[in-house]
Amino acid sequence: MRDLIEEMKLDGNAIGGLLREIFTVEMTAAQTTCAGCGAVNAVGRVDVYLHAPGTVVRCPECESVLMRIVHGSGRYWVDLSGTRLLEFAEA
Amino acid sequence: MARTAVLGRLSWQLGEVEELVQETPRVASLYLNVPDWPGHLAGQHVDVRLTAEDGYQAERSYSIASPPEDRWLALTVERLDDGEVSPYLVGELKVGDKLELRGPIGGYFVWRAGDERPLLLIGGGSGVVPLMAMLRHRAKATHKAPARLLYSSRMFADVIYREELDRLASAADGLAVFHTLTRDKPAGWSGYTRRLDQRMVEEVAWPKQQMPAVFICGPTSFVEAAASLLVAMAYDPATIKTERFGATGG
Repeated sequence: MRDLIEEMKLDGNAIGGLLREIFTVEMTAAQTTCAGCGAVNAVGRVDVYLHAPGTVVRCPECESVLMRIVHGSGRYWVDLSGTRLLEFAEA
Repeated sequence: MARTAVLGRLSWQLGEVEELVQETPRVASLYLNVPDWPGHLAGQHVDVRLTAEDGYQAERSYSIASPPEDRWLALTVERLDDGEVSPYLVGELKVGDKLELRGPIGGYFVWRAGDERPLLLIGGGSGVVPLMAMLRHRAKATHKAPARLLYSSRMFADVIYREELDRLASAADGLAVFHTLTRDKPAGWSGYTRRLDQRMVEEVAWPKQQMPAVFICGPTSFVEAAASLLVAMAYDPATIKTERFGATGG
């Protein structure tokens, strides 16, 4: 089971389209700082699970949840409480 | 072009299939004509959306295989028999059909030919696709950084772009291609015949002092294994760019 979950793990590249819907700019090269351990990673490099209800983004260093995104019924729910800082280039 | 490729709101567009090329028994390249395509960078991908008659939609990401210089947009897709989207793209889609897509997407796993660092590419299976966009882009550039591709396939028959890779490598312009087969050992095969390991990666990769640009793409377990082998060579993990595709049911 653990292996199956590991093999379903994607990375932030897989949500480049979703993040651009929300932020309107390219986000996979953005730098995210984990609120749990302070690790700084490119969004393209973090762990992404699409099989949960919604999208779960985790820190590749400590596995804390960085973001939770749900999209449905014409709305987005974006929980960024696990992200201390998100740094990205202006459009 | 490079700038427009990462800016602005994404909207769904229709691309018309101009040509289909069967690359291996399970893999096909789709050459699409997308009017008003804003241009893209090597390594980017698109989202493809299929809509059923009852309105049900399924969406998947596919890497762009064509270089920014080409007038068409090429996607190379592996058919996963239990997938929702890939069995349609590889098997049912015909020349003249229209496909809904949006992109280009991504700014992390991208390479520009102006980058003068040595280019180290490691691909597993259809993970070679975005790396091929980089090599095709490099082939069209005037200044070519030295490049090495380490490409792992299961069987000889599964090797995508085999003849084109042979051609690119024979141009003797600083590109070397290393194949490994994990479940096959054809007669006369001169490449590796095992999974990636430390010795293989050390034979292929430059020492970290040469500070290569590194791109690894493939299944999750492959990507993590390849990245660990480079880290064991003292590569800085932050310089290793990875793109993983899991068992997403393509």
